Amino acid sequence: MKIYLLIPFLPLAAFAINILFGRNLIRNKAHWISCSAIIGSLIASVITASDVIGGKVINEDLYTWIVAGKFSVSVGFLIDQLTAVMLIVVTGVGSLIFIYSVGYMHGDKGYYRFFAYLSLFVFFMLMLVMSNNFVQLYLGWEGVGLCSYFLIGFWYEKKAAADAGKKAFIVNRFGDFGFALGVFMIFLTFGSLHYAPVFSGVGNFVGHTVNILGYEVDLITVIALLLFCGAVGKSAQIPLHVWLPDAMEGPTPVSALIHAATMVTAGVFMVARCNAIFNLSEVAMNVVAVVGAVTSLFAATIAVAQNDIKRIIAYSTLSHLGMMFAANGVGAYAAGVFHLYTHAFFKALLFLAAGSVIHAVHHNDVQRMGGLKKYMPLTYITMLLAALSAGGVPGFAGFFSKDEIIWSAFASHSDVGKFVWVLLTCVAFFTPFYSFRMIYLTFHGKFRGTHHEEHHLHESPPVMTIPLMILAAGAVAVGWVGIPKVLGGGAHFAEFLKPVVGHPEFHGTHAQEFGVMGLSTTIAISGIVIAAIFYLIKTGIPVRLAKNFSFIYRLLFNKYYVDELYHHTVVRPSIWVAQRFIDAFTDAKIIEGIVNGVPKTIGRFAGVLRKVQTGLAQHYAIIMAAGVFIMIVLILW
Amino acid sequence: MIPLSWYMVLSMIVFSIGVFGFLSRKNIIIIFMSIELMLNAVNINLISLSHYLQDLRGQILAFFVIAVAAAEAAIGLAIIIALFRNKATAHVDEIHEMKG
Repeated sequence: MKIYLLIPFLPLAAFAINILFGRNLIRNKAHWISCSAIIGSLIASVITASDVIGGKVINEDLYTWIVAGKFSVSVGFLIDQLTAVMLIVVTGVGSLIFIYSVGYMHGDKGYYRFFAYLSLFVFFMLMLVMSNNFVQLYLGWEGVGLCSYFLIGFWYEKKAAADAGKKAFIVNRFGDFGFALGVFMIFLTFGSLHYAPVFSGVGNFVGHTVNILGYEVDLITVIALLLFCGAVGKSAQIPLHVWLPDAMEGPTPVSALIHAATMVTAGVFMVARCNAIFNLSEVAMNVVAVVGAVTSLFAATIAVAQNDIKRIIAYSTLSHLGMMFAANGVGAYAAGVFHLYTHAFFKALLFLAAGSVIHAVHHNDVQRMGGLKKYMPLTYITMLLAALSAGGVPGFAGFFSKDEIIWSAFASHSDVGKFVWVLLTCVAFFTPFYSFRMIYLTFHGKFRGTHHEEHHLHESPPVMTIPLMILAAGAVAVGWVGIPKVLGGGAHFAEFLKPVVGHPEFHGTHAQEFGVMGLSTTIAISGIVIAAIFYLIKTGIPVRLAKNFSFIYRLLFNKYYVDELYHHTVVRPSIWVAQRFIDAFTDAKIIEGIVNGVPKTIGRFAGVLRKVQTGLAQHYAIIMAAGVFIMIVLILW
Repeated sequence: MIPLSWYMVLSMIVFSIGVFGFLSRKNIIIIFMSIELMLNAVNINLISLSHYLQDLRGQILAFFVIAVAAAEAAIGLAIIIALFRNKATAHVDEIHEMKG
């Protein structure tokens, strides 16, 4: 019995049962099936992961999926150290979010549907991280995108939600197109899509070039950049980041699971998985690092000016994802995955706590919250811990992973590394600033909503707060497995991942490492302090700043007008082409011409023929008699 | 002894009258009668040939034709009555529901 097979297939079974019998039979008991499936899958993951820690890496093909000529793909599973980390993140954080959803989604009319899609998502995510070939990775990749679409548009009666779902799906098309091309290139180059031959054989292709539109380009760089293109879409990096903030229209547990903890980190996972390819292309690595770092700072600055509690966290997610890519880009894959792992906990917690707040006040606008501390103490404390962790306060999980990234960027001793380091140090200020801005606006001060709303403020039920508390423990403690050596830890996490992602050659003294760490920590704490001054003590300052620097404020508030830019450069021309050309010409003339023309011709022909049918019996009789006469004549002739 | 050809000529004349009546008359009852004429022309033919060939099978066949004609007359008249009740006419030119 292969116990690891239970990990993806239990959630798939839960999906099948819920979608088939949910509407009429299971209804509001859907969570029993989905939750027990994911908890079973968590137990199987823990068993499998402990095997991996014991040194047992699984890589086997179960059955041949597609054979066509030389092309052969099998359903196979690779469970190594990297996969083990992802398994724990997906099923661990997933289980807590499933349980939380029982309370959050209580009474929703799509209850069974919600749990069915959530289970399906977990199945695809697990297929993605457990695959041992690119096709199965792609299956999971598209599958999670599909579930993301389902769940963003879960409240499809709401136009904003339906639009956001479409936006996420369409923006991801751009990335996935590149990703698919990358997979094709890999097949053309290596003749195989299994990881093992590709990653071991990639060294033979160093220096090979490929002719694209007349330019000779480095083959490995092209493959790496195309793969990264997929990661940019899925993990919402610049320039395809626009879908993630809108995805917040989905239910909050979805934001926590899909758009913070797991799906959006698939890109980071994929780059780390393909490190053998990326390592051989300096250009691609620099692109990854720069895109990551720029996205990180870009999103962090936007988060400062947002008022929607979920969007603040969404931009925070973008920023953290950027950091992970920056880490991957400077070759510190272990640091990137480490941040992925800690981020899953504290970001899921931030979202779930925000969900708990939304559950109480029934809107997302932080400007109309405030003073919730005394109504919802558990939510307050857990969210505070999450913010401390996200902000990189020493001792919390987020600190260790973020510090690892910043130090890696500094110690990589390349120009790009320095650039990344500068940007991420700025981010280290913004992250705690916007996190605490959100905390202060939400929980401190006086309640700014209506009396009616104030009357209904309440702490969430235990089914929601208990997952919050468990995640809070995680947000504090999960980083302790990766305490750097300089602080007396063992850096176990990086050691653990070393067989998969290797270890970058960094040169730096302990003094430098302390310096970098001290600098980012000081900046982080100053971020918290400045947020406290702005939003607790002198609440007039932000208003005056917004007024005096209204250009910058409006730029940030409108997210650098990227949506507007895309609207004018991509959406409008597309619609113009669709209306003027596709609709007016292709559709109206060509397609409708064929569709209507064929029956019209037949109809005209029939119009002539039908004249024969007069309906008068005697005419038929004459024709019959004439026929008989002709036949007789022919026979007797 | 009347030669066979006379019977054949008689049969042909009666059949032709039937065909002509069927094709030219407009009253549905007359058309119906024309059909009977055609059937009976066939009977004359059958019986005269049966006699000529000294074979009784032709006469047996004539009985079948009479039986079928009786059944056909019953059904046909029923149809005509039903038609007349619906259309209040016995004129075939006015019955053209099946016009294409």
